[in-house]
Amino acid sequence: MMQKMNCKKLKLSGLEPLIIDENSNFINVGERTNVAGSRKFLRLIKEEKYDEALDIARHQVEGGAQIIDINMDDGLIDGKKAMVDFMNLIAAEPDIARVPIMIDSSKWEIIEAGLQVTQGKSVVNSISLKEGKENFIRQATLIKRYGAAAIIMAFDEVGQADSYERRLEITKRSYDILVNEVDFPPQDIIFDLNIFPVATGMDEHKSNATDFIEATRWVKENLPCVSVSGGLSNVSFSFRGNNTVREAMHSVFLYHAIQAGMNMGIVNPTMLEVYDEIPKGLLKHVEDVILNRRDDATERLLEFAETVKGTKKEQKIDLSWRRKSLQDRITHALVKGVDAYIIEDIEEARKNADEPVEVIENNLMTGMNVVGELFGSGKMFLPQVVKSARVMKKAVAYLTPFIEETKEAGAKGVGKILMATVKGDVHDIGKNIVSVVLSCNNYKIIDLGVMVPPEKIIEAAKKENVDIIGLSGLITPSLDEMVFLAKEMERQNFKVPLLIGGATTSKAHTAVKIDPEYKYGVVHVLDASKAVTVVGDLLNKKEAEYYIKNVKEDYNKVRKGFYSRANKKEFLTLNEARKNKLKIDWEKEKIPTPKFIGIKVFDQIHLKKLVDYIDWTPFFRTWELHGKFPDILTDEKVGEEASNLYADAKKMLLKIINNNLLEAKAVFGIFLANAVDNDDIEVYENSFRESVKAKFITLRQQSKKRVGIANIALADFIAPKESKKEDYIGAFCVTAGFGTDELARQFEVEHQDYEAIMVKAMADRLAEALAEYLHQEVRRQFWGYASNEQFTNNDLVKEKFRGIRPAPGYPSCPDHTEKRTIWNLLKVEENIGVKLTEGLSMWPAASVSGYYFANEKSKYFGLGKITKAQVQGFAKRKNMDIKEAMRWLGPNVNE
Amino acid sequence: MGKKRLIMQNIEEILKEKILILDGAMGTMIQQYNFTEEDFRGNRFKDFAVFLKGNNDLLSITQPEAIKEVHKKYLEAGADIIETNTFSGTTIAMADYKMEDLVYELNYKSAKIAKEVADEFTKNNPDKPRFVAGSMGPTNKTASMSPEVNDPGFRAITFEELKTAYKQQAEALIDGGADLLLVETVFDTLNAKAALFAIEEIKSERNIHIPVMVSGTITDASGRTLSGQTAEAFLISVSHIPLLTVGLNCALGAKQLTPYLQIISDKTSFAVSAHPNAGLPNAFGEYDESPQDMAEQIKEYLDKNLVNIVGGCCGTTPEHIKAIAEVVKDYKPRIAK
Repeated sequence: MMQKMNCKKLKLSGLEPLIIDENSNFINVGERTNVAGSRKFLRLIKEEKYDEALDIARHQVEGGAQIIDINMDDGLIDGKKAMVDFMNLIAAEPDIARVPIMIDSSKWEIIEAGLQVTQGKSVVNSISLKEGKENFIRQATLIKRYGAAAIIMAFDEVGQADSYERRLEITKRSYDILVNEVDFPPQDIIFDLNIFPVATGMDEHKSNATDFIEATRWVKENLPCVSVSGGLSNVSFSFRGNNTVREAMHSVFLYHAIQAGMNMGIVNPTMLEVYDEIPKGLLKHVEDVILNRRDDATERLLEFAETVKGTKKEQKIDLSWRRKSLQDRITHALVKGVDAYIIEDIEEARKNADEPVEVIENNLMTGMNVVGELFGSGKMFLPQVVKSARVMKKAVAYLTPFIEETKEAGAKGVGKILMATVKGDVHDIGKNIVSVVLSCNNYKIIDLGVMVPPEKIIEAAKKENVDIIGLSGLITPSLDEMVFLAKEMERQNFKVPLLIGGATTSKAHTAVKIDPEYKYGVVHVLDASKAVTVVGDLLNKKEAEYYIKNVKEDYNKVRKGFYSRANKKEFLTLNEARKNKLKIDWEKEKIPTPKFIGIKVFDQIHLKKLVDYIDWTPFFRTWELHGKFPDILTDEKVGEEASNLYADAKKMLLKIINNNLLEAKAVFGIFLANAVDNDDIEVYENSFRESVKAKFITLRQQSKKRVGIANIALADFIAPKESKKEDYIGAFCVTAGFGTDELARQFEVEHQDYEAIMVKAMADRLAEALAEYLHQEVRRQFWGYASNEQFTNNDLVKEKFRGIRPAPGYPSCPDHTEKRTIWNLLKVEENIGVKLTEGLSMWPAASVSGYYFANEKSKYFGLGKITKAQVQGFAKRKNMDIKEAMRWLGPNVNE
Repeated sequence: MGKKRLIMQNIEEILKEKILILDGAMGTMIQQYNFTEEDFRGNRFKDFAVFLKGNNDLLSITQPEAIKEVHKKYLEAGADIIETNTFSGTTIAMADYKMEDLVYELNYKSAKIAKEVADEFTKNNPDKPRFVAGSMGPTNKTASMSPEVNDPGFRAITFEELKTAYKQQAEALIDGGADLLLVETVFDTLNAKAALFAIEEIKSERNIHIPVMVSGTITDASGRTLSGQTAEAFLISVSHIPLLTVGLNCALGAKQLTPYLQIISDKTSFAVSAHPNAGLPNAFGEYDESPQDMAEQIKEYLDKNLVNIVGGCCGTTPEHIKAIAEVVKDYKPRIAK
């Protein structure tokens, strides 16, 4: 009873907690990652096949081990190195590292090495009084300082405890030293009371099990707060080869030991029979042995054992789902994205069906509904859904000829949705993802592609009699296109809802600018997973009206909030803002002279060079998997999917590189330049700095800043003309997009939407990588101000280097029209073939352009809102109509 | 002598009586000075071979008046505990600036500056004794994660290296006059364990007692540290050492931190601390939660009885601390379950 008094719980941790108290069930310690216990594991470690060794660990955790024991004690292994290497690898596997580790070695040096690489609270297995009290105290003190619990072996200077009395003597002495002299928390003590074999034929072994069980009872009653553990397989050692008997012996032993207080053990769960399911006869014979109830128990069990020699359990690859019902098989194929058997199954379904179209309406839709539910509830992720879509499309493609034969009008979906990227915008990854996801849900998609003029959208919507129109866009001018289209729909008395999506769109913009223009419902859709539910609600005849009303009310609130906030924000006049510009002491500034001045074109860039420069995080974002790379690969929720996606991406990348499927080109220039009139940058023909060959017009922040914070414009980073300092500016355009459309189309034709989207996403990443690479070359070689710069890719992603490359259309410079200036200056189209659309988006879409600033103080910033007065001045400086200027800068103007 | 004894009141005792206020961000305050490369260098390092701008810890040597002024502002705002300007004061973090040799001096000097200011305030108002917490940051390397994507078993730093570095920092902080040590912004628990190991070594070698605060960082809504632990697993992993407080700081604003703080508060018998950021960063990476808004969130901690020490991290200013102190004064400290 003593032990219930004020005992704290034994608390352990991996990535997650494991808390053990008197109410806990038996704690199962996995034993397969032990070179002494598993030949396979030993071989894998010896051959340094760590991946497979990790699989063993993972398998144990999946199989229910709450702690995993790791032991590397073998004469032919460098145990310390193997322990550290393996533990470090485990730390990178969240599905294994979630449980605490038991660091198992007879060598202190290996134990300590293990303790130094575990962040959680682990268990040391083991220490004892074997080498004397002094050593015991030293090790226990260190274990406490490292923050671990410890298994204490019933072992002392004399030897291992092999009787009831010796177990008591050693545990009592160990306990007193630990608690009184080391101040070791008693709940962190786990006694291993030595499980020895029974039924060996020797008389002195007969009481091995009962001694253990009774000693356990004594320890739990007399040494407060401790746990008791042991290695189970020893007890049945004499029956090696007869698993039926061994499994029964293990169960019987555990059954009694647990009742006595054993609460933890190294147990192989596959070598354990359920106590209640042991046949009566066998149970009696085994219990006689374990509990030492008869003198002839061993002989009787040996005899009985001959009759129950176990048969080996068979192992099979898991194709069990193939034996399920037809519908279950189809659903399984869709959910798992397995297309190997889909034609076979669809054919069977077709034969059973009255009309081929029923296979779509019943069998496939049942499966896709499951996919939809899993996706909606966050149990499936986008890349999986796209794979599901591939299976779906394959099935539908197979059925289509049959359907046409029966002269059905084609599969009538539950709704028809028009999708388009608006005029002037070439970006379509997001739109394609939404289209695929919606088509998975049996909506018929009319995809008009990219750069679709409004009249074409209107015309197609009427002709096809669509139920919903979805618009997408990535660049700022697209927002106005959407507003325009909403007005047109209103004017032409449209009565179908309008969906708005794409990176540049937002709920706020939709609420403030688009929603008021159109009566019949405008909904901003954040991502593909939302698209399904939104469309579902909109097409549900009973709910639609109510749903739209709610959205309208919500947007109304957003609008009110927006206007009240917008009015509150304080702005400086442009003159005040200019006075508070970023001040650089140009007198003292040493401006490095570029090693190269002029324009350079690279029209054959090896894609391979760019791989190391890829920033993967945005790639995952494209697929709606959110998180930083590489952590996302091990993320608890999306890690598995992210890893699969990453592997597929790398495969695609390799294919692109090896077959030269995409073409990358770049052009850049470095020019003499000075800032003039505060906000503009003149680019000069020659070193007289008089004849101006181009003028960049930059915009200045106007919102009121805290004291000491400047109102910046890009021009601040360039020395003003009056300083008489010779300064420079650069500009660039890169692309990795030639070939993308063709390649994507090939995949689309083969219903491989996943690959098609992947190609586009990879092209985008390669273009960004090329921009990064080129910037580095410019810094190191051509401008040459950072010739010694050495950065890892990670540093590049974090922008640790000196100098920036802001792009028109992005926060530092939201004005897309600057691209025209860059195009003229660099002769971009002539040099590398990248075109500007009328909306000023770049074609091919996987292109990046921008300026280079080299000043140490240059940095990325967000322009934020500016006043109308600045826009008026801007229009004048640009020779642009004020209306046009407002169209380009609209989202940035405070109204 | 009698009076001096009174001043040196035991922080453990005071914690039972009231909730203590920790100061706010040092970095945010330093930013407002707009120090240039030259300012960072001062005279002493004017020819130093690497760029020094951004090495905030160095300012304790080159701009001590500014650091003193920041401390002063926080104490005026009502902070009971100020943190030394030593977040990156280890040989590991200072390697970026090739200033490993300066680590002892940096920590010693920073502690001394803070202690001087704190003592001045204590002298003027002995009823409100002020304390100096030696700030020990996470360093820029992680002991349980690989920086190499393709080599997950690789480690850029070992436990031994961390322990040695932290030991040097802690010794200098103690020598300079720190009243307690604050192992903070723990994003890899193994790094923190090395720091705690080092502190335990010092305690045993010098036979001294020095209170220790540990503060972990939950990086996002996953509710985990960067190294993957849940809040409770983190708590278990650092509870082997007797701590003055255990708590959370950084990465999240006061509101987002609440559920994790609740877990810590429910599961520990140590006192609990929190110093969240001023909200989440906005689109430009700035923290813009107002003092009133933040204090309003902190009020929830108090209503839920979650904390014993509360302060601010990134983006917080003396105004934030003042607003928090104002709210806190009406509340009794958390009592562990």
